[in-house]
Amino acid sequence: MISKDLVIIGGGPAGLCAARMAAEAGQSAILIDRNAKLGGQLIKQTHMFFGSEKQYAKTRGIDIAKKLLDDVGSYPELIEVWEDATVVGLYPDKVITVLKQEKYLKIQAKAIIVATGASEKVLAFENNDLPGIYGAGAVQTLMNVYGVKPGNKIIMVGSGNIGLIVSYQLMQAGVEVVSLVEASPNIGGYKVHAAKLRRYGVEINTSCTIKKAIGKEAVEKVVTIKLDENWNEIPGTEKTYEVDAICIAVGLTPLTSLLSMIGCEMKYISELGGLVPVTNKYHETSIDNIYVCGDSSGIEEASSAIVEGYLTGLIASSKLGKKHPKFAELVDDFQSQLENLRNGPFGAKIRQGLKKLGGSVDA
Amino acid sequence: MRIEKHPILNFEKERKKIHFTFNGHPAFGFEGDTIASALHALGVKKLSHSIELKRPRGFYCAIGNCSSCQMTVDGVPNVKTCITELKAGMEVKVQTNKGELYDK
Ligand SMILES: Cc1cc2nc3c(=O)[nH]c(=O)nc-3n(C[C@H](O)[C@H](O)[C@H](O)COP(=O)(O)OP(=O)(O)OC[C@H]3O[C@@H](n4cnc5c(N)ncnc54)[C@H](O)[C@@H]3O)c2cc1C
Ligand code: FES
Repeated sequence: MISKDLVIIGGGPAGLCAARMAAEAGQSAILIDRNAKLGGQLIKQTHMFFGSEKQYAKTRGIDIAKKLLDDVGSYPELIEVWEDATVVGLYPDKVITVLKQEKYLKIQAKAIIVATGASEKVLAFENNDLPGIYGAGAVQTLMNVYGVKPGNKIIMVGSGNIGLIVSYQLMQAGVEVVSLVEASPNIGGYKVHAAKLRRYGVEINTSCTIKKAIGKEAVEKVVTIKLDENWNEIPGTEKTYEVDAICIAVGLTPLTSLLSMIGCEMKYISELGGLVPVTNKYHETSIDNIYVCGDSSGIEEASSAIVEGYLTGLIASSKLGKKHPKFAELVDDFQSQLENLRNGPFGAKIRQGLKKLGGSVDA
Repeated sequence: MRIEKHPILNFEKERKKIHFTFNGHPAFGFEGDTIASALHALGVKKLSHSIELKRPRGFYCAIGNCSSCQMTVDGVPNVKTCITELKAGMEVKVQTNKGELYDK
């Protein structure tokens, strides 16, 4: 068994930033990611990020990932990176089991930061398991990481920022977006993104959903249907499109199975995307020295994942006895950055969710 | 179905070709591909079957989460092809059962 005081699970923006702050404080750590490339969701995002300058807004996701990786890379003696390694178990005595190149490895940790991110929600409709139906993240990965088109003609489901942005990225890759359907009467994401799509001739159908997919070995057609104000299907409004791909962008849900496994207290909070661990304002869960940050503590954005990661890295290392020289100053700074990020109309849902979670707005 | 032109990304034209087999047939991808991305680029969308009804399944999440891309690779069953890097000489097969124990 390997012994390590601090282990960070997940190398997206949250995990990378936690690792960097720990290193700055002089704390060594193992950073584990199941992907062959660190960076999490950022490595497939070619668009300029929204958010504030402090968290790299107006920079492309792929470039933010490079920057965060460089930061961590400058502490090779402190941060040990395990790529292509999946954490499959987490136990109350803080033993972590990892599957790495067909070998099971065990690590005994003193503190663990879980930053496993999120997984995409699925949508129920007839034949929703046909090949050619993908989550938006998978579509992005295929196009932006591997340079492969998901299909030639695609329909997008969901008008949140992800649905809008990925539609645009599909067009950049030379894929025809035949329609974007949204079950709610309103567009979910920023109006500027929607306006851009319309300018390029993509029809956006609100109060509309997918009735079924048609195909034998893979998607060949899709049937959409209009919904009334009570979200019931309106018979006779079916429309059939020939498509070879369907992209589902109906939101994310936190990946928290490891935290459930170790016995952290969990709550279902729809505003945060589903089941999330209860935390104090220092991102510590109901179990001592088990921390969570980023999307796995509630779906937000890369900007907040970055700041939460920094904060959690600081706190976890300080509790292990490595206090950052500017500890108090930085904690204040990160907490006020988080508050700012959650201000305004688009933060309302998050504020509501965090309130339900336990009253502390910094959770 | 490779992207030919892209306003932001630059996919190297001269990437190294990697040869492998798919259900015994010769196939190829490029350096940096996963098994699933290489197959997708060749137009192969069906990667597995549902266990009971044998319905066709393709890849869905691309992050190793949903298990719908699992195939037999070099005799090892249930390999998540969406996060497994393509290597020269790999024997990739569509799996017809839940997967069985194998000798290493
Ligand atoms: C299309 C799209 C557009 C977006 N646009 C913006 C934007 O403009 N601005 C913005 O601020 N945000 C944006 N976001 C959101 C942002 O990308 C995420 O909020 C952010 O990446 C969350 O960071 P994270 O570190 O919590 O999780 P992730 O980035 O998801 O990283 C989690 C990591 O954990 C690893 N992992 C998971 N489970 C395990 C395990 N068991 N063992 C080992 N490793 C594991 C994964 O491989 C992954 O690398 C966008 C997201 C999408 C999908
Ligand atoms: S596509 Fe989901 S695990 Fe591979």
